[in-house]
Amino acid sequence: MTAHNRPLSPHLQVYRPQWSSVLSIVHRLTGIALSLGLILLVWWIAAAASGAPRFATVQYFIGSFLGRLVLFGWTWALFYHLANGIRHLAWDVGWGFALKDAERSAWLVVAASVVLTFVAWFAGYAAMGGS
Amino acid sequence: MSSVRTPLGRVRGLGSAKEGVQHWWAQRLTALALVPLSLWFIYAMVKLTGADRDVVAAWFAHPLNAVLSIVLIATAFHHAQLGLQVVIEDYVHHEGRKLASIIGVKFLAVLLAAGAIFGVLKLAFGVHG
Repeated sequence: MTAHNRPLSPHLQVYRPQWSSVLSIVHRLTGIALSLGLILLVWWIAAAASGAPRFATVQYFIGSFLGRLVLFGWTWALFYHLANGIRHLAWDVGWGFALKDAERSAWLVVAASVVLTFVAWFAGYAAMGGS
Repeated sequence: MSSVRTPLGRVRGLGSAKEGVQHWWAQRLTALALVPLSLWFIYAMVKLTGADRDVVAAWFAHPLNAVLSIVLIATAFHHAQLGLQVVIEDYVHHEGRKLASIIGVKFLAVLLAAGAIFGVLKLAFGVHG
């Protein structure tokens, strides 16, 4: 009976959400979102390489309300995945595994991702000189 | 907790993916590289906010920016492709569809990365048109 004592994955429908599980799920979701966002980066580079008219089209999209919304979400996803990724790398070398530490680092990841997103966007608007 | 490995699995030492820790290690290595790379990338994108095409082209023409951009693109796509593979393996249970999705993601990642790197090189060497 080798299969008997193995730990099972949490069954999401009957599993009480915790910091650890929610952040883990969001890490995966932001990973998927960032992968899709890479297509936007390829589009931006390809447009810049192909010339001014195409680049103007991309810049117009990015400057639109929808474009800014997508980019804002992408910025947050990147900072979240980055911060939580560092948390995962710390776990990989054995740091911060205690329940209390893991919960504290969870808060830190969420706070850092929000603060850094706003810092980056303020800096971006400053680089444009307002508007 | 008892061991999660079967006796045969312990002997072979490779696990269900039949490749040992290679995938895990590549995911961690690219993650580590992406920490400084993405911070640099965000800094660069913030600086280029609202810049017109000539400014962007001049930025890519700087050797350090071109080289780091190419490394970032290659590393990010490799990391993304490894991550998406795990997601597909977890949620797509039909063997044929699973294999097709993983192959599709890997092919698409190579294609998009090659396209982006070509774009960077074109900007860097100033071949306009």
